Amino acid sequence: MSRQTGRGTETKKVSAELFTLTYGALVAQLIKDYESDEEVNKQLDKMGYNIGVRLIEDFLARSSVGRCHDFRETADVIAKVGFKMFLGITPTVANWSPAGDEFSLVLDNNPLTEFVELPDGHQNLNYSNLLSGVLRGALEMVQMEVDVTFLQDALKGDNTTEIRLKFIRRLEDALPAGEE
Amino acid sequence: MVIYSVFVVNKAGSLIYHNDHSSSRPEVEKTFGYPLELTLKLQDERLLVIFGQRDGIRVGHTLLAINGEDVSGTKLGTDKNERNVMDVLNDPSNYPISIKFGRPKLSSNERIMLASMFHSLFAIGSQLSPEPHSSGIEVLETDAFKLHCFQTQTGIKFIVLTDPRQGGVEAILHRLHELYADYALKNSFYALDMPIRCELFDTSLQAVLEQAEKSGVYSGV
Repeated sequence: MSRQTGRGTETKKVSAELFTLTYGALVAQLIKDYESDEEVNKQLDKMGYNIGVRLIEDFLARSSVGRCHDFRETADVIAKVGFKMFLGITPTVANWSPAGDEFSLVLDNNPLTEFVELPDGHQNLNYSNLLSGVLRGALEMVQMEVDVTFLQDALKGDNTTEIRLKFIRRLEDALPAGEE
Repeated sequence: MVIYSVFVVNKAGSLIYHNDHSSSRPEVEKTFGYPLELTLKLQDERLLVIFGQRDGIRVGHTLLAINGEDVSGTKLGTDKNERNVMDVLNDPSNYPISIKFGRPKLSSNERIMLASMFHSLFAIGSQLSPEPHSSGIEVLETDAFKLHCFQTQTGIKFIVLTDPRQGGVEAILHRLHELYADYALKNSFYALDMPIRCELFDTSLQAVLEQAEKSGVYSGV
């Protein structure tokens, strides 16, 4: 997990392995605590959401990204700035829906799953489901309601990991004054 | 250069952080004989000077202390030995008497009220704009101070009151945003949208303000 800070020369980097292993420990514990994979997915999503609503402020404070007025712009920022800043990777944006309200983030190498082999009987577990919560929470704070799902997961034998983002609506009433 | 105070207002318009950095509220102490040459009036639970401006004591000042003893509202002294200030001032046997005057400090309730009032003003500012897509109020200038406001895309407002000549305030505001992201939001015990009571946030904010004052960028005299 690396990131560039906006504090001039001062950069803070954290070992990606430390982050990956901590996340692994978290998921392993959740599997022990809850009976079904669906419940674990739900918990990861919830945790991610709580991280996302805070993380967005860190992102905005350290990048000079302005407000997005188009979902394509949002996709670009998430892939090229957001993922780069917090995970050190740049996913590919692909599979746009004709209406331009849905796209996929394709992760060739997901840092979260670097050392992971999914044990048998966990076919329903979305190991990296925290990410979907983070995306949902962060976008909600900038007044975009989105739906995030995992379409493919490299851990389950797919070629890549694919996260699908669907734009639902603009949260107009939450729009701060002076922001169109 | 001087930075007077910092306010942070959440997207609902409530004050979640406040810091009085440098005070510009001079206090004057003077010994009086009987009768008092000042006209005092009770207003909002405070004793206000309404007439008789002299020796640095101005109309609008409140009575802060008598003979070194702090006045709270209209009462003097502690619970056990509580006296009404007016009774003390009307008794000739208490004279000569030393009284301290100064500008009243804002109470926390008043601050909360002013913050939410600014929140509405900011919104009105963008509504009244003759040009489309206007932001809200970013700078508000008076002859004694300048108010700078920065609203993040999530709707949090950072407001800094400075000397009108203080420069580089935009950089300070962005730095405050970073501090908020770091020391408030990354603190697991801080609940979103609630008042910020984080010591680390406090101390690093203090450091930023002090540094900005020292290197004070002049944009004028």
